[in-house]
Amino acid sequence: MKICVLIKQVASEDSVLNLNSDKKTLNEDGLNLVSNEPDTYGLEEALQIKEKTNGEVVVCTVGSESSRQVIKDALAKGAERGIFISDSSIEQNDPLSISKAITNAIKEENFDLILSGLQSNDNGHAQVGLLVAELLDTSHASLVMGTEIINDNTIKVKQELENGWFQWSELDLPASLTIQSGINTPRYATLKGIMSVKSKTVDDADSSTIETNFNLSDRFIPQKTKETIKIEGSTDEVVEELMDVLKNKIKVI
Amino acid sequence: MKNLVYIQNNENKINTNSLESLVAMQEIAAKNNEEVYAITFNKDIAEQLTKYKIDKIIFINNQELNSYNPQYYLSVFEKLNAEFSPKLFCFGHSYETRDWVPRLSARLDIPFISDCTGYQTENGLSFTRPIYQAKLNEKIELKSNGIVSFQAGTFNIENLESGNSTIEEKSIDLTSTKITIRPGEKFKESAGGVDLTSAEIIVSVGRGLSKEENIPMAEGLAEKLNAQIGASRPVVDAGWLDHSRQIGSSGQTVSPKLYFSLGVSGAIQHLVGMKGSKNIIAINKDPNAPIFEIADYAVVGDLFEIIPKLTENL
Repeated sequence: MKICVLIKQVASEDSVLNLNSDKKTLNEDGLNLVSNEPDTYGLEEALQIKEKTNGEVVVCTVGSESSRQVIKDALAKGAERGIFISDSSIEQNDPLSISKAITNAIKEENFDLILSGLQSNDNGHAQVGLLVAELLDTSHASLVMGTEIINDNTIKVKQELENGWFQWSELDLPASLTIQSGINTPRYATLKGIMSVKSKTVDDADSSTIETNFNLSDRFIPQKTKETIKIEGSTDEVVEELMDVLKNKIKVI
Repeated sequence: MKNLVYIQNNENKINTNSLESLVAMQEIAAKNNEEVYAITFNKDIAEQLTKYKIDKIIFINNQELNSYNPQYYLSVFEKLNAEFSPKLFCFGHSYETRDWVPRLSARLDIPFISDCTGYQTENGLSFTRPIYQAKLNEKIELKSNGIVSFQAGTFNIENLESGNSTIEEKSIDLTSTKITIRPGEKFKESAGGVDLTSAEIIVSVGRGLSKEENIPMAEGLAEKLNAQIGASRPVVDAGWLDHSRQIGSSGQTVSPKLYFSLGVSGAIQHLVGMKGSKNIIAINKDPNAPIFEIADYAVVGDLFEIIPKLTENL
């Protein structure tokens, strides 16, 4: 199996999100940039499928120069090579435009599988893996909880549906799958893996086609719709106040 | 100008999320003096829709559409686009929508603004959506024709405008649709299952509980409060609690009298499943946890000190 994994660099959950005066971009000082967590499950699934079927895992990212790090991290974990698509304004680009750039960069590769996380933890459109499926005219499945390679032309995937329902679907290959978090346990890079990164290739792909389809007018901190009462103090004071809330305000005890 | 809203079928019942999106579509169309067409693949649903103000209900009567297959759905909407050239396609942001509507965006080469929580009609059409796990919002203007989906709970179906709409039935030739995706039977994994939707009080645990060994502490509190135990996704994925106790978009949607959350950060997928709770108490050590945005009572503190003492006092 020849597998492509799409990974995006995003701000980690503990990042400090301060908007710049353009009200569109974030101040980089507060950001701790990491591989998008859902994508790391996609990478692990790709590595496991490769180990079972032999083949190659190629990692592809779109983003600013700093995004090269997510490729290095994936190479250290066992991916064979990388494709880097430079786009310094990815923050403001729409998923369809980004997907067109990815499609241009990978279409000649004829991947059997394209894996990505179900969504990014920053803009969270949850679209790119599926847009790429359409642009490359492949099968797709979203929210994948399990994979089983049937043969060179077919894969079975377990998908998560709403309200606790699941479903196994059979897909002809090639296919693009968006992977649900928790499907596997992503590995750590080994020292040997980290040492191997230097000898692996990263190709730069053309990104001149990126042209955004919608206007981001601004970003802002959501207005609170609810008044929140803060309960503060020592443990004893907090407990005392919680007792009062339970007894006299919400009246459940 | 026409706008299409897709009304999703859940076992012959209307998917509430898609009906909520009809509220938005009615409002937007009224402001811009445009038409709303509702699309459904189910006859019962078409009939249920006649009581609402819709310019036309289009019931696509095709056997291929009796159960979900994204490739048939795409063919249908490609043909509807050719026939009606709608300005806007509108959906509830359900799992089904997430699965196939992005492909529609690529097929029609129009943008899809997903998971929106609001719209504005001043100076053209724009939509608000949460980003960074709902810590920020963004406003996106639609420059051309496009697709939008609205997050569950964004609109209230009580605000649907009533009317007396007519149904147009049609079938579409889908024989040329190439099928490479073959969905199987749906199934549930948890044998017993817990119904949290009727619980008066829920004690909900999140990743902040640190380890499985701390679950009994939460259960102790739940017992004293006569509450059910619920959980966020990471807790269920880690196997600390059964999947049937999960609250959120992939679990149950609850609205108890009291939602007492312990170490739940409040990822958006969790919040959509519990934001309708009458009272929310949240304990978390991170003062920036999104759960505090919707909490009535916020405790920034160490739940391992607070909970045992509170349980003892109850």
